[in-house]
Amino acid sequence: MFWKNMNNYTKKTLNQFLKPKNRGKIKNPDGVGMVGNPVCGDLMKVYIKVGENKKKEETIKDIKFETLGCVAAVASSSITTELAKDKTLKEASKITKDEIVKGLGGLPKEKVHCSVLANQALKKAIDDYYSKSPASSAASAKSSASSSAKSAASARGRSKRTRSRAGKAF
Amino acid sequence: MKRIYLDHAATTPVDKRVLKAMLPYFTQKYGNPMSLHSFGQEAQKAVEAARIKAAKFFNCSPEEIFFTSGATESNNWVIKGVAKAHQSKKPHIVTSAIEHHCVLEACQSVEKEGLAEVTYLKPDSRGIISSESVRKAIKNNTVLVSVMYVNNEIGTKEPVEEIGKILEGKILFHTDATQAVSYFDCDVKKLGVDFLSMSGHKIYGPKGVGILYVKKGSSISRIQEGGAQEREMRAGTHNVPGIVGLAKALELIKKDKKILQLRNHLISRILKEVPSSRLNGSLDKRSPNNANFTFNNIEGESLVMLLDKEGIASSTGSACSSRSLEPSHVLSAIGLKPEEAHGSLRLTLGKDTTKKDIDFTVEKIKKAVAKLREISGNVLEEYEQLH
Repeated sequence: MFWKNMNNYTKKTLNQFLKPKNRGKIKNPDGVGMVGNPVCGDLMKVYIKVGENKKKEETIKDIKFETLGCVAAVASSSITTELAKDKTLKEASKITKDEIVKGLGGLPKEKVHCSVLANQALKKAIDDYYSKSPASSAASAKSSASSSAKSAASARGRSKRTRSRAGKAF
Repeated sequence: MKRIYLDHAATTPVDKRVLKAMLPYFTQKYGNPMSLHSFGQEAQKAVEAARIKAAKFFNCSPEEIFFTSGATESNNWVIKGVAKAHQSKKPHIVTSAIEHHCVLEACQSVEKEGLAEVTYLKPDSRGIISSESVRKAIKNNTVLVSVMYVNNEIGTKEPVEEIGKILEGKILFHTDATQAVSYFDCDVKKLGVDFLSMSGHKIYGPKGVGILYVKKGSSISRIQEGGAQEREMRAGTHNVPGIVGLAKALELIKKDKKILQLRNHLISRILKEVPSSRLNGSLDKRSPNNANFTFNNIEGESLVMLLDKEGIASSTGSACSSRSLEPSHVLSAIGLKPEEAHGSLRLTLGKDTTKKDIDFTVEKIKKAVAKLREISGNVLEEYEQLH
């Protein structure tokens, strides 16, 4: 197709972008995480509603996102919500950016930071829930969120150095 | 699916008459113009005939036309070649902050190598470089002023003729006319320029060929070595079919009002029918084929991709499409915030664009913008409240 030369997005990425899952808000969410900044162009917000499974473990009962950003940002947000839904909070906080990239069938190198952002937004939402409720696992979830923040920064640094302008021919 | 091409500032289709003129020079008259034999002679004849046609178009003499591989090479040649030719004093160059990257990066390169100092003039919020700001930037050691004729992103027409008058032929003056050739008067004498760059593929000619006009007696060094072509100023075998095609494309340029009317129809419909939209760049001092919008709360790459899915080819100044994380330097220079530059969309019309194409495109833009705004919700507003 003719969009192939626009950017090297996979079919999975384009499908997630064209038909994003779990788009929107949750009224009275149990946790919210917002990441990104308008300068780099991507802003993501993840809402979660926490429930319990049969083993009495806390799970992500519902999850929604709002994203202002590029194709990769929307697709990463969408796949992240799909990966996290119905998982226990513990499992969800262990989702890595690599799993998100894999779920999209790969991302162009300069777009990998979008997967990092989506991961961060999810973890921030979980942290937000823990910070409001006295749960013991708060500390471990927090540390994983802050390490993903670090890798987001380094991913941004990397793509800033790739200075080709392939998407735009002026 | 019907495809609608609205990215003519990126490149244009080759006109069938241009292609026809080029074809014999691939398989029949394939000689090298530098060869002595009859094959070489017929190729040389074609190149010189093309040079005469081009000279007629730019109102100069054929010896002032130099064929290059395109405007990028022409622009690099002017900046580096003029800097190199004036090394007896450390030369100063005046240019604008909204030039094409090939001018800006050539300037940065001569700065880095210590060959020249450069002043980058800021445009006003409409995207216009004032001739007064050029006058004020002139110093004792200024050897070159380079200001583009028409900006490639926002289509603004710069006051080249006015700047030419201010410089009075005392300082070398270059204009990158790549986006202007199809729509504005490119008489080099009227413009008062010493150098003018252009590309074949922006005017329904082939890719990989362009021109640098060099006014007789202008002091410029060559930057490409290895052959005596172009009167020892530009080494490299002539792109004979390309040169023939370029001359034919220049010959076919016809200015008509239709494209301006269609463009105005596009702008007025978009601004009226898409909420929170604005036009970037001056409306009246503008190329008749260019429209550049910002839509709040959307990101340009996503919009370009949604439109592409509908068969519409467009372009954006968003960082996300540029693979560097910086938004368009042009939109930033006219004062757009990063999030406004990220939400930009450029549509550039061509000679085959119809009203039906425009109306279809407007409908699809309305839908795509609404869809992306659903996805983004109020995140930008919420972010701004938090920071």
